[in-house]
Amino acid sequence: MADTRVNLLGITLDNPVIPASGTFGYGYEFADYYDINVLGSLSFKGTTLNARFGNDTPRIAECPSGLLNSVGLQNPGAKAVLNTELPKLQKCFHKKVMANISGFSAEEYVECVKILQESAAVGWLEINVSCPNVHGGGMSFGTTAKGAAEITAAVKKAAVKPVIIKLSPNVTDVAEIARACEGEGADGISLINTLLGMRMDLKTKKPVLKNVTGGLSGPAVFPVAVRMVYAVSRAVKIPVVGMGGITSAEDVLEMMMAGAAAVEVGAANLTDPFACKKIIEALPAAMDKYNIKSLSEITGG
Amino acid sequence: MKNGIYPIISNEKIAENVFKLNLAGDFSSAKPGQFANLKLSGFYLRRPLSVHHADGEKLSLIYKVVGKGTEHLSGLKAGDIDTLWDLGNGYDLSAAGEYPLLIGGGAGVPPLCFLAERLVAAGKKVSAVIGFNRKEEVFCEEELKALGVKVTVTTADGSFGVKGFVTDALPEKYSYVYTCGPEPMLKAVYGAITTGGDFSFEERMGCGFGACMGCSCKTVTGYKRICKEGPVLKKEEILWRIQG
Repeated sequence: MADTRVNLLGITLDNPVIPASGTFGYGYEFADYYDINVLGSLSFKGTTLNARFGNDTPRIAECPSGLLNSVGLQNPGAKAVLNTELPKLQKCFHKKVMANISGFSAEEYVECVKILQESAAVGWLEINVSCPNVHGGGMSFGTTAKGAAEITAAVKKAAVKPVIIKLSPNVTDVAEIARACEGEGADGISLINTLLGMRMDLKTKKPVLKNVTGGLSGPAVFPVAVRMVYAVSRAVKIPVVGMGGITSAEDVLEMMMAGAAAVEVGAANLTDPFACKKIIEALPAAMDKYNIKSLSEITGG
Repeated sequence: MKNGIYPIISNEKIAENVFKLNLAGDFSSAKPGQFANLKLSGFYLRRPLSVHHADGEKLSLIYKVVGKGTEHLSGLKAGDIDTLWDLGNGYDLSAAGEYPLLIGGGAGVPPLCFLAERLVAAGKKVSAVIGFNRKEEVFCEEELKALGVKVTVTTADGSFGVKGFVTDALPEKYSYVYTCGPEPMLKAVYGAITTGGDFSFEERMGCGFGACMGCSCKTVTGYKRICKEGPVLKKEEILWRIQG
């Protein structure tokens, strides 16, 4: 019998599959479609201290094997998430979730952490220093080792739960940034966030996205993600959560062999609401095919 | 939301650049104003199309060819399509009153046909004003007439029906308005009507079922996802993005 369990920073997951932030709302809406307790965990919609609408539409553009989004962190704010969204999620999901947190200053990240870690549902804090769709925050912290280290240090002082720093691929050396986060006490790293891109509309001669640029996700970015997870997992000793274009059980195995302790699935949820469930159901057969008895043993090949 | 893989019954051209796709299956729970979201081979995102008719045996979708995805779809004559449906809120039939008026523009006309079926069945006296650019683009007129709807067609160039826009041909008497069409038309209708109304909006979507927040809009009653809390908004909750 294939053993799909993995351990992520002291918490055992039934399987390594975690819907990625921004592709699964606050989870409960997917519970109308299937029993989401089959998931390993889930990372909820990126949350900021205050409510945000995000960028103007259009904020979605299709690409070959993927999509660009420039949503820009639409969310109801940390207190509404704590008091309204998470209680709804807890009614249909009985496992620990990853709180995905973003901000525009170190103080804001810290305030948001303090609010969201109060929820018993939150098992990990995924600190997003890599959102490409906001100005003056998000990715601007995550594109330098110094910026990422500053946010990590500030958050670690306030955090009572494991801190996972979510990194951007839009950098020259992601391993250096991961090492800087580890140096300030990060408990884990997750990557990759989306790759910055844009598209032009041939009819209007203008960018498709109102925000001009957006983040590319989907199978198109999978090889980039595998390469970066491989590099980071060899540069740090803390666990790495791998994501970027995962669409199948084989992709999960590949990402784990590259160095991931668990994986997140993003864009696939948007084209097929049952994507994570299907991947999880396909995992045992894929493990058998490659003679894998226990998933926790394949991290790093 | 419901999901299934359904065989194509037919997929035929009904006007210039406009096609009607019929899928076989039990779609009896679909409501007027909702949409279906089709997975097409070779395209990453699904294609959201409004429902023109649904019953226990088929789903009918009328769409305009506007890009590579719909062009590809128009070439499919057989095979199965992975379809999400029962998406979006749909029109509020309880608001109709005795003399509901349907106002549609171009590719916004199909959902009004489905709505007309239900309103006529409920004993309402339905009228419709449907607008197109020119004669070759006109569709659904005969179908609405066959249902017993009093139909006025407008064309921008005057090549068919009344010359002008839908707002140039509004009837005197109506109890409520249901509308769907390009946003400039919706805004003109908003300014011209004297009753409340249900307005169906379009937006570029990521998922089509509420997960990605790609199609959010601002309304008087807060942020709404066009795919989930929409596509139909009440007149009094609309905040216009376009100026003029």
